[in-house]
Amino acid sequence: MDAIGGVLCRCTGYRKIISAVIDAGREQILMSSAPAGTAVGNRMVRLDGLAKITGKEIYGADEIPSGALLLRVIRCPFHRAGFQFGDLEKYAKQNAITCVLTAKDVPGENRYGVIPKFADQPVFAESEARFKGEAVAAVAGAQAAVEKLDLTQFPVVWNELPALMTIDQALTPGAPQLHHGREQNVLVRGRVVRGDVDAALRNAEITAELEVETGFVEHACIEPEAGFARRAGDTIEIQACTQSPYMDRSDIARILGIAEASVRIIPTAVGGGFGTKLDLSVQPFLALAAWKLNLPVRMVYSRTESMISTTKRHPARMWAKAGAGRDGKLQALDFRADFNTGAYSSWGPTVSARVPVHASGPYFVPHYRALTRAVHTHLVPAGAFRGFGVPQMAIAQEQLYDELADRVGMDRLEFRILNSLTNDLPTVTGQVLGEGVGIRACFEALRPRWKAARKEAVDFNSSAQHLRRGVGVAGMWYGCGNTSLPNPSTMRVGLKSDGRIALHQGAVDIGQGSATVVTQICADALGCSIDRFDLLSGDTSITPDCGKTSASRQTFVSGKAAYMAGEALRREILRLVKACDCAKISFENGSVEVHEDKKLHRISLADLPIDKHGYVLTAEATFDPPTRALDENGQGMPYAVYGFGAHLAEIEVDTELGTIKVLRITAAHDVGRAINPTLIEGQIEGGVAQGIGMALMEEFFPGKGENLHDYLIPSAGDIPPIESILIEDPSSIGPYGAKGIGEQAVIPTAPAILNALHDAIGIRLRKIPATPDRVRAEILRCGITGASRG
Amino acid sequence: MWFAGVYVYLRPTTLEEALEALYQSRGELLAGGTDFYPSLGERLPAKPIVDITRVRELKGITRKPDLFRIGGGATWTELIKAPLPRCFDALKAAAREIGSVQIQNRGTVAGNLCNASPAADSVPALLALDAAVELASRSTVRRVALQDFILGNRKTARQADEILTAILVPRAVDDALSTFLKLGARRYLVISIAIVAVVLDIESGKIRDARVAVGSCSVRAQRLTDLEQRLRGASLSDIAELAAEQHLKPLSPIDDVRASASYRFDSALTLVRRALAQCAAKC
Ligand SMILES: Cc1cc2nc3c(=O)[nH]c(=O)nc-3n(C[C@H](O)[C@H](O)[C@H](O)COP(=O)(O)OP(=O)(O)OC[C@H]3O[C@@H](n4cnc5c(N)ncnc54)[C@H](O)[C@@H]3O)c2cc1C
Repeated sequence: MDAIGGVLCRCTGYRKIISAVIDAGREQILMSSAPAGTAVGNRMVRLDGLAKITGKEIYGADEIPSGALLLRVIRCPFHRAGFQFGDLEKYAKQNAITCVLTAKDVPGENRYGVIPKFADQPVFAESEARFKGEAVAAVAGAQAAVEKLDLTQFPVVWNELPALMTIDQALTPGAPQLHHGREQNVLVRGRVVRGDVDAALRNAEITAELEVETGFVEHACIEPEAGFARRAGDTIEIQACTQSPYMDRSDIARILGIAEASVRIIPTAVGGGFGTKLDLSVQPFLALAAWKLNLPVRMVYSRTESMISTTKRHPARMWAKAGAGRDGKLQALDFRADFNTGAYSSWGPTVSARVPVHASGPYFVPHYRALTRAVHTHLVPAGAFRGFGVPQMAIAQEQLYDELADRVGMDRLEFRILNSLTNDLPTVTGQVLGEGVGIRACFEALRPRWKAARKEAVDFNSSAQHLRRGVGVAGMWYGCGNTSLPNPSTMRVGLKSDGRIALHQGAVDIGQGSATVVTQICADALGCSIDRFDLLSGDTSITPDCGKTSASRQTFVSGKAAYMAGEALRREILRLVKACDCAKISFENGSVEVHEDKKLHRISLADLPIDKHGYVLTAEATFDPPTRALDENGQGMPYAVYGFGAHLAEIEVDTELGTIKVLRITAAHDVGRAINPTLIEGQIEGGVAQGIGMALMEEFFPGKGENLHDYLIPSAGDIPPIESILIEDPSSIGPYGAKGIGEQAVIPTAPAILNALHDAIGIRLRKIPATPDRVRAEILRCGITGASRG
Repeated sequence: MWFAGVYVYLRPTTLEEALEALYQSRGELLAGGTDFYPSLGERLPAKPIVDITRVRELKGITRKPDLFRIGGGATWTELIKAPLPRCFDALKAAAREIGSVQIQNRGTVAGNLCNASPAADSVPALLALDAAVELASRSTVRRVALQDFILGNRKTARQADEILTAILVPRAVDDALSTFLKLGARRYLVISIAIVAVVLDIESGKIRDARVAVGSCSVRAQRLTDLEQRLRGASLSDIAELAAEQHLKPLSPIDDVRASASYRFDSALTLVRRALAQCAAKC
């Protein structure tokens, strides 16, 4: 462990790194191979694995076109400020810079945003900068000249203005309004109401109430935002790390005032995204400069630049009250949350819409009201971060249910099992899922460890001095894909004349392994070994739109499209020889053989004409998960499929210092079908690591500690052993029954740890993360015995 | 810095050359670079760089009759591997907690002192050893007690043309017991919230001499002299109980992103007590 102590990793949760290091000395690394029809469910090695370990993989900063200029951005040093430029031409001349760009240089609309209806963020602020780190200008020129610049000397005069730093300040009547039409700085409201929550809470035999706040959380992708752009005639090409090539394309077209077809986005490998690389970062600056100068231009964000200017997890201020009967049955939940969405909209509307749908947790709650608001402040925009607000929400809801279970006098795990949603019970949006509701199975899978761990903790505590152990559990559910909005994926698969298969796979693999999973699915649907596949990337000029890599939708939505495209290609082949559906296909070099009963058809591929895509046969399929709009009470069918899961956390608290050590996490997830169990474990372990960070150490304060030694993410030594238990309760909608896991994995960890903290020493914090000083202050405030000195 | 388009980066191999280079260039010294580069942020170095990692005279850790001499270029890893008496256990424990193995391989003890961060992990242990530093310029060599060398947050008594050539630890308490405790909010790569080092010289079950130093709780690490006084002559049993809040008077912790001032104060006392108890338990 010490040997990798100095290496920060944001994806893996470290455990797989350690086992890989141990394995590397032992055996040869096997490349993926599986006979036709056996890829799904197989622990296949990632298709991009070799390129990654040999360093051949191209990330955002890895390619520099010859003659590329370097670009740097001038950013506002105040939370809010008006500004005026000095003599920019003189500055450029004096410093031998090729050009200075400001809002005046934006040929199209100086406005972008991930949700077009709310697009409000300028490439460069025009007269007032609304957050510390907002771009006001950029310089481009030869590397030596640009690197040398001390950007604090850039000719701009700032006029610092009073800034709204908190939700309360922003909501105060008379507070300055950040955006026209958004009264009281409320960007949007979310609402889901079912039954009569007030009456149900009044009549409930047992109730519990809780308030809790969370802070900004930084994505801390180890790869900072980077890329280059170049102009090729009337086309602008941007090669950068991104989670959403087609959305980037639309926004860049609008900014440059050109047609979408004139924008080509080439996504590189991504060294961590977690939601922040859904939004534009370097792309508009690069596009503007390259377009204007007709020269290639590149840039790499510094760590600080990345931290001050890109999106964060929304700080949340939550209040909730729940009621149950003496029998332990949940009757009602009233939930309210305000999210600090920062200066621009980004994914604020999505967070406000998703949270009310999920705030019941994976339980049956007959009477329900969840109201949310996203509120603008003069802080860095909050956007998408693994779970769109649901991880924050779960911190409130799962702690509240623990309280309720305690008041009922029930075991906390059994309380959850009793109240688990089932196939037949409606969700809080009135949806009856009918199948694939695996939450109860997840909780039941934790039962043996729950019992053993609780006993071990009691035994330990009976003789411990200042150390106290605790055990906590938390559940989660999470809808895969966009909330009641279309989010189609299109896959194209082509049979080449040499007998190989080309897969146009536009689902950007952001490290989670979707390229491998999608290919596994397509290979089995087609009935062809995965070795025959050649992958084409999400380059918008060659590959159709697979939507964004977010909302845990790629295995589910793009995977399903890959399944359909694979099947379609199989049908095309069968049709060529008029074979029946039950025929078997085998792929050879240069030919395809179709075996039907005793007949054998041999198709010589060289004899077939080449189609417009360059293949002898092409199949394309689009999948859009079936959803229905939500009505004014949030009733409807927001998602076609949900993933379910539950985590069990065992911790040790040093009551004199307030420090918490996580001893072990057991994670049970219903993934429908584990297409690649190794990659799912990778998601779970990485999710747990981020959950530990969120629970114990991660809080970003805009303007303070804008680097990775002040902003702490878990190091290798902070991650305990993690046991993954995979439950497969299939959904007939997903490919081979699969559901999402990417965001699901992070949601239950923090509440499980916080419940363990309460189990250990009986405290609940009003502010998360549970840093040592907050824990210790609460211990002293509560006068916890055995914890005070002397 | 660019002089007529040339970037000045000097890498002398002898102390004489290094001192001359430093004087002539008016540059900055670079050792392991683990503080130097992070502190630049997005700026390029503004002055010429004098890289001292190859200077022969700064290497190694040597035992002299009256003192130990830790060379001005010795890394944490070298310190950890060096055969040193028990009183260095705390300093070695501090070395193992500096960042990570990767940082320990590059970073130097001298760099930690010259950078003079309030949270420098080596300072309490060295203060507790009554260490001094040796500073050389082209014309002079002087010795300054560590107490007087670190003046404040990132402030030292070093002159711009001086190199810290060695850290000197008197051999007064070779066999004393020592303990180091560091409190941070994660396991590796963490800036300390509070640091405590204790050195106890024990004779027939009684404390002959005690040194207790606390870091990260004031602009520079402090010895708790009242507590040391209280400990002298005391017996080892229940030694932790002797430390009390009033002994922390020299500390003046601040609120920052890592912790609140009151928490620092509170945890410093816990750490002092634990360090005393752990140190005594080694006996
Ligand atoms: C990731 C990371 C983690 C870290 N963790 C810790 C930690 O846990 N605890 C801790 O205390 N520190 C930590 N540090 C800080 C740093 O590693 C130490 O302070 C280290 O000892 C500095 O030594 P260096 O040789 O790298 O110094 P450099 O960075 O090379 O130099 C630091 C300063 O000292 C000057 N200097 C260096 N040598 C001499 C000399 N011989 N004479 C005069 N001036 C000199 C330089 O000019 C410069 O101003 C960490 C740093 C990083 C990057």
